[in-house]
Amino acid sequence: MLLIPCPYCGPRPELEFRHAGEAHVVRDPSLSSDAAWGAFLYARSNTRGVIAERWRHASGCGRFFNCLRDTVSDNILQTYKTGEPRPDLALDAATRRQLGDVAPDQSVAATEAAR
Amino acid sequence: MNAPFRTPTGGRVDRGATRRFSFDGRSYDGLAGDTLASALLSHGVHLVGRSFKYHRPRGFLAAGSEEPNALTSVNRGGGRVTPNLRMTQVELYDGMEARSQNHWPSLAFDVGAVNGLMSPIFAAGFYYKTFMGPKFMRGPGLWAKLFEPAIRRAAGLGVAADEGDPDVYANRFVHCDVLVVGAGPAGIAAALAAGRAGKQIILCDEGAELGGALLAEPKLEIEGRPAAAWLAATLRDLAAMPNVTALPRTQAFGYYGHNLVALAERLTDHLPGVDTTVPRERMWQVRAAEVVLATGAIERPLVFPGNDRPGVMLAEAGRVFLNRYGVKAGSRAVVATAHDSAYRVALDLQAAGVTIAAIVDLRERPTGPLVEQARGAGLRIVTGGTVMGTKGHWRVSEATVAHVSGDHVTDLQRIPCDLLLMSGGWTPSIHLFSQSRGVIAYDTATEMFIPGKAVQAQRSAGSCRGLFGFADVLADGYAAGLDAAGAAGGDAPALGDKAFAVRGDDAYGPGGFSGALPISGDGARAKAFVDFQNDVTAKDIKLATREGFRSIEHIKRYTTTGMATDQGKTSNLNALAIAAKALNEPVPAVGLTTFRQPFTPVTFGTFAGMSRGQMFDPVRQTPIHDWAAAHGAEFEDVSLWKRAHYFPEPGEDMHAAVDRECRRTRESAGLFDASTLGKIEVAGPDAAEFLNRLYPNSWTKLGVGRCRYGLMLNEAGFIMDDGVVGRLAPDRFHVTTTTGGAPRVLNHMEDYLQTEFPDLKVWLTSTTDQWAVIAVQGPRARDILLPLIDDVDMSAAAMPHMAIRLGHICGVPMRLFRVSFTGELGFEVNVPADYGRAVWEAIWSEGRAYDAVAYGTEAMHVLRAEKGYIIVGQDTDGTMTPDDVGLGGMVAKQKPDFVGMRSLTRPFLTGEGRKQLVGLLPDDDAIVLDEGAQIVDRAEVPNGTHALGHVTSSYRSGVVGRSIALAVVERGRSRMGETLFIPMPGGSIPAKIVSPVFYDPQGERLNG
Repeated sequence: MLLIPCPYCGPRPELEFRHAGEAHVVRDPSLSSDAAWGAFLYARSNTRGVIAERWRHASGCGRFFNCLRDTVSDNILQTYKTGEPRPDLALDAATRRQLGDVAPDQSVAATEAAR
Repeated sequence: MNAPFRTPTGGRVDRGATRRFSFDGRSYDGLAGDTLASALLSHGVHLVGRSFKYHRPRGFLAAGSEEPNALTSVNRGGGRVTPNLRMTQVELYDGMEARSQNHWPSLAFDVGAVNGLMSPIFAAGFYYKTFMGPKFMRGPGLWAKLFEPAIRRAAGLGVAADEGDPDVYANRFVHCDVLVVGAGPAGIAAALAAGRAGKQIILCDEGAELGGALLAEPKLEIEGRPAAAWLAATLRDLAAMPNVTALPRTQAFGYYGHNLVALAERLTDHLPGVDTTVPRERMWQVRAAEVVLATGAIERPLVFPGNDRPGVMLAEAGRVFLNRYGVKAGSRAVVATAHDSAYRVALDLQAAGVTIAAIVDLRERPTGPLVEQARGAGLRIVTGGTVMGTKGHWRVSEATVAHVSGDHVTDLQRIPCDLLLMSGGWTPSIHLFSQSRGVIAYDTATEMFIPGKAVQAQRSAGSCRGLFGFADVLADGYAAGLDAAGAAGGDAPALGDKAFAVRGDDAYGPGGFSGALPISGDGARAKAFVDFQNDVTAKDIKLATREGFRSIEHIKRYTTTGMATDQGKTSNLNALAIAAKALNEPVPAVGLTTFRQPFTPVTFGTFAGMSRGQMFDPVRQTPIHDWAAAHGAEFEDVSLWKRAHYFPEPGEDMHAAVDRECRRTRESAGLFDASTLGKIEVAGPDAAEFLNRLYPNSWTKLGVGRCRYGLMLNEAGFIMDDGVVGRLAPDRFHVTTTTGGAPRVLNHMEDYLQTEFPDLKVWLTSTTDQWAVIAVQGPRARDILLPLIDDVDMSAAAMPHMAIRLGHICGVPMRLFRVSFTGELGFEVNVPADYGRAVWEAIWSEGRAYDAVAYGTEAMHVLRAEKGYIIVGQDTDGTMTPDDVGLGGMVAKQKPDFVGMRSLTRPFLTGEGRKQLVGLLPDDDAIVLDEGAQIVDRAEVPNGTHALGHVTSSYRSGVVGRSIALAVVERGRSRMGETLFIPMPGGSIPAKIVSPVFYDPQGERLNG
């Protein structure tokens, strides 16, 4: 069970949250291309590594927010409010550890090695 | 009662406190502090179980949680039967009733043992070969008639209780700075260090007493005190720290993401009697900033023929039974070893009066202080020796020992014994580390798998990371505790590393042997067990490699080694070594299987906790529920709600009741409890604009005091919900949703409001539970309500269809909607939920004069189907557009944007051939079609026939006088009058496509 730092309430167990799909998928109803609109509706990145995704603190403050999560290690690197740009990941080691990310750089490699 | 194998002194048992118990109906006594295993051994009882497949007699292999053989069912009465408990962990209490498992008719005489003769059939991959092998073994015939019944009878562990579990279970969520798993020397030292650093600590251990290996060390001294005294003083120190929680009898069974560790605490199973005021077990979900794993090491069995006989035991288990419980596991022992630690066992047992017939050491030239001590004590050592086999039926009676080199056997000797202690060395217990996704490393120097890089905030300490010797383990634990305390952050006093002065430790190091011991001949009939609980032999694993399995994960699943409830604690490494040798690859190249939760079995009760019975799932009831129940309603579940399904009168079945309810509603009036409808208050200066963007209809022009039907689309353009939206004020709307869709709709609205339209000033509030809703439908609806309402002009002119008024009913504030889901004149009375019952009863009394009925959800379904009104989720399936259900005209053409608008222009949604909602009349008007039945265009249906659609709603309609149905059919609206077919097992049913409105197609009754 993930420990998710809600940007409004602080760290809370995953039980209180609802996943809400990939973040930063831009809704543009003026798109004229049906293929592009179809991709907006259905095509998602399915990233191996760090993904930006949306969560809702459904059993808490009710707010939607964004989250950077490593899909390999399941570590959450950062959460941030809706509307804010996706942060770059140049975090210092202390912040990373505080966010529960022990070894983000090695996590992919470690999982590789374990295979 | 005389316990012949109890030593006169020693151990941690309380010799003044007798505990009587029964095993398989026979009475024994033991002592306080005993486990069921040590108490039985004190009476010389070794035969305690039958193996899983072959029903071979089995005894105790171990003294702790790794025990694979000695499983028991303990019955505490009243449905309190717990099967598959490890006797080595079952604490004895007075009056315990325990039974052995997996045998018939008795433990000593078990018919199932005939399976042993059939072992060639039950070899590795038996299940796969049976399902996928030659045709004569496959198919329903042989499997269903022969194999499955035979296996079901023969194989298995204990039997679960067939009554409900009457006990109470608890659940607790905790955060702590440092969780220390395992309270052996490393764990205690870690807790001591982290505790002194002022951190919030949880220290847990699976055992009844904290101390681990220290509990079986009478000669050891730590910091100048006997180990037992040091342990007691240290535990007192820990208990005195308010920041330390020590949990004995608490198994850390699962290590999950983000440092969540699940603990199962056993609270009452060690106590006599039943106390229902306290929970039996408690699940702890611990979220630890830092974790110290101090899970110790498990001794490895040696794999030789007959290594599973009762009386063949892990060497250290013999020492634990002696030193901790004061029980000699036998009187004449052979010690087979590949490691120094068994010498320590031989010396302790000899000192207690057990004859050590021989130490058989696999190594050609064993050396070291322990070996010298054994030589000095006059013990006979056979070097370079192996065990070729054992004899004895219900207990080992003889070991065949020899020197084997290739096929060359010398020095063959048969040594009589009643105990065979074996040691292949020690396997660090890395289960939890592996569960935490840590990378396992192979240390070539010590030939051990040890924790490599941690990927969560944790470290391993002590023998679980391959350290030996109490001084090293204690110092390592202390250092790990300090490290964890520092990593947990915050202020911590500067504490230095600490050395622990230790005397009397017969130190030994790594080493040992894994794999199958060399034996002469091909060993084709030899049963040298690797996995005792699943009856997997060395031969099975070799067979799997011969049949082409190379991955250890595949070998595991094919042979089932390591897949029993003991999770391969004693078997994994031997299986791996045998597979590696057979594949001619180095051990680390073959690799270890992934360890899975739980470490030891956990009861379902512990997982369920309080979530049982009424607490399992919330039940929602409307304010009118009790009235409905008192008036004989049958209820149905709709999402979490209980809804009145129909109100049968005496002698009526459902059809009769529904028929009457529908008829009276159309003739006079019906009352319907619609309180379960979802309700959302949409308020704010931009409320109308928000609804414009959320619904395909236009809301700007909806006047105050008016309401409108709204279809809600998802972004893909498909119908996701529907309901009525009323405008109470320029900036306030009352939105209703379907009963099951309320949370989904609110989430959908919040999503768009927060993320797509954050510029809009709108506030959303769920008011589902705040309003009771009473639908009064039928030509007499107004007449019934009029006497109760005096501040609303309800006349047809003043309050037309789709009007909404604020007022009072029976003096209670009310939102009155003139809406209809029946096609009749209708009102929906919304009152605060607390007044729902009183207002319902007032309306009901008025209705008596008109012979009005209360109707349930079934009549509601029929009444709306007669009018062709859809139910979202029944007549739609998540792929239907407004046009598909005939409501295309509702979609505003001039709006700049609404959710789903862009998608409605996609070619797939506008193209030919879409399924459309139509009515369906079976040619035989008595046939009520099955909902969900497929629709085709021909009476004969060859394979591959294209289905044109399916039946979505189907009822017998009293007012139409025949069966009716709604369906979605390809190009349905262009097929009016066509006959299509519904293929059913009894033959195809012809039905005609018609308009979905079966009753009052002009809609005149609405305007009454």
